Amino acid sequence: MSNAVRLLKKPLSWRGARGFATLSAIALTLLALTGCDSPPASDSSAPSDSTIPDSSASAPATTDSSTLRLLYWQAPTILNPHLSTGTKDIEASRIALEPLASYGEDGNMVLFLAAEEPTVENGGLSEDGTRVTWKLKPDVKWSDGTPFTAEDVVFTYEFLTNPEVGANSAKAYEAIASVTAIDATTVEVVFKQPNPSWFLVFMGTGGMILPKHIYEEYNGANVREAPANLMPVGTGPYRVTEFKPGDVILFEANPNFRDADNLAFERVELKGGGDATSAARAVLQTGDADFGYNLQVEASVLEQLTGAGQVVSTYGGDMERILLNQTDPNQATAGGEISSLEIPHPFLTDPIVRQAINLALDRDTIADQLYGPTGEATANVVVAPSQFVSPNTSYTFDLEQAATLLDEAGWVDSNSNGIRDKDGVEMEMVFQTSVNPLRQKTQEVVKQSLESIGMAVEIKSIDASIYFSGDPANPDTLARFAADLQMYTTGNTDPDPLDYLESFTCGDIPQKANNWVGYNSARYCNPEYDALWDTAAKELDPDQRRELFIQLNDILVEEAVILPLVHRATTVGVSDRLQGLNPTPWDLNTWSIATWRKE
Amino acid sequence: MPTYLLRRTLTALPTLAIISVIIFLVLALTPGDPMSEFANNPAISEEVRANIRRVLGLDQPIPVRYVKWAWAFVRGDMGYSFTSRSPVVDLIVQRLPTTLWIVGTAYILSALLALPLGIISALKRYSIVDQGITTLAFMGISLPPFFTGLLLIIIFSVKLGWLPFIYDSTLSVTNWQSFMQQLRQSMMPIAVLVLFQTAVLMRYIRSSLVEELPQNYVRTAYAKGLSQFIVIWRHILRNALIPVVTLVALDIPTVFTGALITEQVFRVPGIGALLIDSILRNDTPVVMAIAFIYAILVVVFNLLADLLYVILDPRVQLNR
Repeated sequence: MSNAVRLLKKPLSWRGARGFATLSAIALTLLALTGCDSPPASDSSAPSDSTIPDSSASAPATTDSSTLRLLYWQAPTILNPHLSTGTKDIEASRIALEPLASYGEDGNMVLFLAAEEPTVENGGLSEDGTRVTWKLKPDVKWSDGTPFTAEDVVFTYEFLTNPEVGANSAKAYEAIASVTAIDATTVEVVFKQPNPSWFLVFMGTGGMILPKHIYEEYNGANVREAPANLMPVGTGPYRVTEFKPGDVILFEANPNFRDADNLAFERVELKGGGDATSAARAVLQTGDADFGYNLQVEASVLEQLTGAGQVVSTYGGDMERILLNQTDPNQATAGGEISSLEIPHPFLTDPIVRQAINLALDRDTIADQLYGPTGEATANVVVAPSQFVSPNTSYTFDLEQAATLLDEAGWVDSNSNGIRDKDGVEMEMVFQTSVNPLRQKTQEVVKQSLESIGMAVEIKSIDASIYFSGDPANPDTLARFAADLQMYTTGNTDPDPLDYLESFTCGDIPQKANNWVGYNSARYCNPEYDALWDTAAKELDPDQRRELFIQLNDILVEEAVILPLVHRATTVGVSDRLQGLNPTPWDLNTWSIATWRKE
Repeated sequence: MPTYLLRRTLTALPTLAIISVIIFLVLALTPGDPMSEFANNPAISEEVRANIRRVLGLDQPIPVRYVKWAWAFVRGDMGYSFTSRSPVVDLIVQRLPTTLWIVGTAYILSALLALPLGIISALKRYSIVDQGITTLAFMGISLPPFFTGLLLIIIFSVKLGWLPFIYDSTLSVTNWQSFMQQLRQSMMPIAVLVLFQTAVLMRYIRSSLVEELPQNYVRTAYAKGLSQFIVIWRHILRNALIPVVTLVALDIPTVFTGALITEQVFRVPGIGALLIDSILRNDTPVVMAIAFIYAILVVVFNLLADLLYVILDPRVQLNR
């Protein structure tokens, strides 16, 4: 042992105990000082809540109207959206980069680099659905002055589909057979099969076009060395002048932007880091920032922050749901696999039991009391865009009817232990989800209802980094589903719900044989549903397609294996001085930054 | 001395190797991967996620990954961050000045404050002054930085509007005005750190002084007719500071890793904030690099402290 360590072990003598009284007095004074105008501590909220400052007086607001201040508590670390591992990076990249087109809130097309919307009438779409021809805007320049051409679109396709690059947006581009530049402003995309979802490529979040002349040398494993990952060259309204990953990004107006004369800001500052609550305060209360990204703050706390800005909620495809495991989590196969397709669940496979659970969910209480302005109760699996939302469904909260259903199905408490049973099977369930105060409260509400109709529910919460990890070796992931019920949020991230609806087909069941890869963790398998999905995947007629999506949704709602709870919004904070924000759930908040203005 | 140095260096190498294996294993076995934000996004298929893991090198077995990492580290290459795909060393170098400025300044200030406070407090034991100082120290140790940070923000940013609570790292100090601005935004994080560190150091200095005061050599020195200043400066401090030197030497590496909570509260982009963010994003190369550099610094400064004893206390023999 070194001398240093030995000497450190020398005991300390502390003789200040008599100062304790003085200390207590001072501590109390301090507490009183902070306590008198603190918000009433929102019940058992996230720990970050305790680190917020609070006051009615505000710090001096920024008066410089030519500077836009964005505050992202999740700090961007890379400005190549196709290489990012989180939406925050894609958000920041979207200020400098653009797709050919994007989707407005209703799912309709909004043009960026494209000159016109491809349709069958103007020859942009082929009749058989295998070919799309995009007309590009002429005279568009990259921020370094190089002209933007169809070759850049072709290159972006080659870059994204190169497995050595490892692009996160690769999936949609797998459907493409070839991308060809017909001339400088015309690009033709040919699909392997008739593709009704042709608009998933080069559009929206995953469609940002990269400059060929910048990335040409980095189309491979050396892509991580590309300087443009940190200093992007784009066609967007603002260009990066300085980027410190995980901290701050500075943008200036892009002089080569096609509408450069109408940009409102000379400088855009994107500061990252900190916590969501203090970010909310800086935008909504003190006015230190003009825009705050993803304000994941409890509704009760948000409501108290007023004076400088508003909370803007955007409803996209995200929906919080409870899944009922169709396989038995309590029995293992000979190969040691639990929740295996070989062993069906003893009672959740019974449609009447599922209906009873569905009736026992108090969606209105959960949405109103817990989610507030950030969620709405829903009965549907597909919740957006509005044209695909089924008008045929509804939800009811009726504990008596639920109990009657169970009685009629023969689930009664025969051994008087307070839990319903049938043929020796007790209705005991484990209900798992990730650690999150909102989810734990929802669990409590659900548990209370289910126990009141004679089911036993044990609550389990798993750290989010494990639960969502997709690690095949970990039994606590949502794909392994080693419980009877589980709850999480997902949904379609683009206005086409086809991929999302595929996640309820038999082929998407995670199991040992496929190393637990797949999104259908409830292990729901219905050949009728699969056949209908196949039809929808091939249907080119938009109206027919819409009908099919609604039918698919209605089957899922009718079967009640996936129980929709709350349609969730993403929330941003917007300063009262900031105008022109036009959020869409199908693109990033910054998609319309060219039109943002500050009074 | 050279033999001693050589022996210590040679024993340090296997220690560091074992430390690196342990850190690597802990990080590799921790559940979660950098793709977890996309875990239940149906637009990103499992094949795409698997391919990204392959590109990041996460598909290889742990021993292979360790050997690759260790060999690269020896050559000075700390690898690439998963989330920013840029070299880890760039990220650390970018943040080092901020951390050294905030945490380093705070440490120097607290050492400068703690020494006189500790001495006064020990000499005037049980007086009002002593009780005042020890009470303050007790508070400094007991109040967590996130609380004091919050308190300062409420008072100075929100109530009075004097100081900013969002740290601007793009500010370059070119003239008096920008220097004042830099000072204003650094003041609160530094104050939070000073409050805590001064308390710790002051307690150490006080207690080790208190132990020396009744010793016979002190009485002899006074009997010789030496002034109080000489007795304290020449005789007592020399003995009393030995444990303090150890503490300071072992604290210096923490200046490098930054202040985790304080940096987060004030949005100071230092190494501490980088470490927390990287842990949350499962960015293992960054976490690994920071943790291991910290381990190296601890070993080095431990050795340095041992060498300092020889100078402070001739009774300490190194060639045991």
